[in-house]
Amino acid sequence: MATPQWPKMEKRALLGKRISRLDGPVKATGQAKYAYDMNRPGMLYARCCFAPYGAMKINGIDASAAEKAPGVRAVLVEQNMIGDEVRYVGQILATVAADTEEQAHEALRLIKVDFERLDMVLDDMNPANATGKPSGKEEGTVDDAMAAAKVVSEGEYGIPVITHCCLEAHGQVSEFKDGEMTFWPSTQSVSAYAEGMDQSIEVEQSKIHVDCQYMGGGFGSKFSHDQWGVIGALLSKQTGRPVKLMLERDQELMVAGNRPSAFGKVRVAVSPEGKMTAIDADVWGTGGNGGYRMPPVPYVFEGIPNVRNKGQGIKTNRGSQRAWRAPSHPQGCFITMAAVEDAAAAAGIDALEFFKNNLDLTSRPEVYAEQLDIAAELIGYKTKAHLRGQGEGPVRRGIGISIHTWGGMGHPSNCDAIINPDGSVEIRLGTQDLGSGTRTVVGIVAAETYGLPLEAITVSMGNNKYPFSSASGGSTTVGGVSSSTRIACTNALNALLEVVAPRLGVAPEALEVAGGKIFESAKPGNSIAWKDACGLMGPNPITKQGANEQKASQDLKLIDAGVGGVQMADVSVDIETGVVTLNEMVAVQDCGLIVDLKTAESQVYGGLIMGITYALYEEALYNHKTGRMLNGDLEFYRLAGLKDIGQLKVHMMTTEKYDSRGVIGLGEPPVISPGAAISNAVANAAGVRVPHLPLTPERVIVALQKGGILV
Amino acid sequence: MADSTKTTRGSGLSRRGFLKGISAGGVATGLVGGAAVQHGKVVEAAPAVVGPGDTAIKLKINGEVKSLTVEPRTTLLDALRNRLDITGAKKVCDRGTCGACTLWIDGQPAYACSVLAIDAEDSEITTIESLGTPERMTALQQAFVNNDAQQCGFCTPGMIMACEAFLKENPSPTRDQVRDGISGNLCRCGTYHGIIDAVLEAAKTMKGGA
Ligand code: FES
Ligand code: FES
Repeated sequence: MATPQWPKMEKRALLGKRISRLDGPVKATGQAKYAYDMNRPGMLYARCCFAPYGAMKINGIDASAAEKAPGVRAVLVEQNMIGDEVRYVGQILATVAADTEEQAHEALRLIKVDFERLDMVLDDMNPANATGKPSGKEEGTVDDAMAAAKVVSEGEYGIPVITHCCLEAHGQVSEFKDGEMTFWPSTQSVSAYAEGMDQSIEVEQSKIHVDCQYMGGGFGSKFSHDQWGVIGALLSKQTGRPVKLMLERDQELMVAGNRPSAFGKVRVAVSPEGKMTAIDADVWGTGGNGGYRMPPVPYVFEGIPNVRNKGQGIKTNRGSQRAWRAPSHPQGCFITMAAVEDAAAAAGIDALEFFKNNLDLTSRPEVYAEQLDIAAELIGYKTKAHLRGQGEGPVRRGIGISIHTWGGMGHPSNCDAIINPDGSVEIRLGTQDLGSGTRTVVGIVAAETYGLPLEAITVSMGNNKYPFSSASGGSTTVGGVSSSTRIACTNALNALLEVVAPRLGVAPEALEVAGGKIFESAKPGNSIAWKDACGLMGPNPITKQGANEQKASQDLKLIDAGVGGVQMADVSVDIETGVVTLNEMVAVQDCGLIVDLKTAESQVYGGLIMGITYALYEEALYNHKTGRMLNGDLEFYRLAGLKDIGQLKVHMMTTEKYDSRGVIGLGEPPVISPGAAISNAVANAAGVRVPHLPLTPERVIVALQKGGILV
Repeated sequence: MADSTKTTRGSGLSRRGFLKGISAGGVATGLVGGAAVQHGKVVEAAPAVVGPGDTAIKLKINGEVKSLTVEPRTTLLDALRNRLDITGAKKVCDRGTCGACTLWIDGQPAYACSVLAIDAEDSEITTIESLGTPERMTALQQAFVNNDAQQCGFCTPGMIMACEAFLKENPSPTRDQVRDGISGNLCRCGTYHGIIDAVLEAAKTMKGGA
């Protein structure tokens, strides 16, 4: 009998190898169809008229002229906005559906909105604007510890609102036909996409179909069908035509994804032995029109004995925050690790030594110690490192360190494994591939379980007709789907072994499968080819279910939670121009059992690059008078390009100790540390902390001037 | 700029050219960015007024002539995607900054969002659809797969078109030349590391093989 536990490392044919993603060729040839690419016969194009000011009272919306404009088939006015208040720019007031995109655009201009402007709040750097109830805690005796310390360092830190900026905008094509609604959305949640939508569009849940084979980035912003999902469906119902509604770039950046800002004042006490003994943190920020959760400060060094922290949100007139890869962790990490490195510098201790000396304040000291050594080796710490500010000349080099953690685990996922009489195998599950390689992971797990090559497996997913799998968030997908796939495949295999056992004259328990054959474990010569074995099962396929149930799967060591990672950055700072150049960055990461080393490494490279981007370039700038985003485009909302990323090195922890924990998930962890590591490297090089990200030349110059380094 | 006062069949001024004109220095111009400035051809004789409203045009795409109707303001990108269902080139910024819509006009890489469809008549337009297929990929496409130079894949068609064009001009590039040459294309998932390796691998394969 086959068991669901992962095979031993030395017995694996595919698991943990470097395997190219299954949908690589379709993507590299431009044949992958995304929501944005879906063209249906007779399809209309929809465009939104949205609020131009961050706070308005809407007295009326007159769409009569727009309705009569050429090509316009329908205008949907958001009646609930009339008499109500607009709370951010980009809020939808009306939507036009027309034969062409150009006509929809043109008609938008004809919509008349009668409104009054109201006061608004946009400044999230001023803690006095905070309205929410503060959260936080006090443990131990912070003031006594501060008084007894050898050094108390004090700093201010800030990380602004940034956006998700998925290259494929949010939106969908919807088509209402014969009482059924089909959606082709760009979503992170295929199975649950239509949840809660049936009432607003008056179509039964069972008559809503969802298909998303490829999607152009989500990063936490595409869980919901959103207001535009409902609008598109209603327009399709009203016109009897398919409707494509994709947000335009400026609206996308304003309303479809904001990461909360975080600003903090932090004090850290260091004992004569170089140990952190107390931390006092005051943190605030904005989730825009949405709620605010205090980022974790202290982060990772949670064992600091005396802790006082306070967090408070500021409601601002911007789009609501959405989960952004590792929600609140990059912020908590940046503020904490910057404060830790400032404490090391204040105490005159080498940063690496200081981190190591304080690892007992973390929950996995051995993992971090091992990872710090590997990272130091990879970046050449010994030869490059110096104490803060010991660089010389106009261009100064420095190294920065950060460590991080994340939960992971596997989300609820169901899977059908189907073995056909002709030997083909199909795996069905209602999950989605965000580009993280989910499709490939499912294929690898199935192929490994059956001892078949990857090409022998058909992975059917991305449609809500398949068994329910949860939304992809929090690095829980790979855990969820690899566990449900493994269990389903094992169940189907055992049914097949029952059929085959009599032929080989042994009990099913005596059989195993590998290399395209089913054979007797004790006598491998007694075997039958996979295809012939499947031929024995008669005309009907074997279909078996598998479900990932967190506790049970964890007991089987299929999945687990909790990872550690270390990153180091090597930068050059031009102290005359303030320009920061990233020379090199190293990431050392554990994520339990790695299903596909190639796509796993890609996640880490991608995390590093996204991290470099928010450390050096990204900031959503808003006009405080209008509430409009000033850089709602890709020219002034800057993303890093090929030239900006320096040399990157990734090291995955793959030894038995990590592997034996099961699959954990990897989307979030590598994006947490870059802001802190790069900021620490800049402080190390420049000799002074640049308090706020992104590290623009202007901010660097101001910090150098304040620090007396540039006069 | 004087050309824009003449009535010509083409506008004589691409949106990209216009944007460059008003924000001099603000645009990162790598090889692709620079090469994308393909001005429409100014026809000297018999000026004809085009539009407003629907205009019938012919476009030569991947060797095939297609007849379609566009508005004078319709971009080449929208004409391809919305009128002809050729969707490999992606719409992301629609402002000539991201490269997701990169294709070739007369063999030169261009941002399709920054060229008017009416200006592309008389040109040879090449899109990713005319390169490899999943079964028969080009050396570069294969190298993208081998080096996992794509995650969500939304930037990939533009990247491929930019990189293929780059390799034609630079058959033996160094790492730094790749960084410079492809800097006009953005990726949000962070695949640059794989892209650099893929371009270098493809350069080798193309020299060694066929
Ligand atoms: S869509 Fe054309 S350059 Fe961005
Ligand atoms: S692979 Fe997703 S944007 Fe490049």
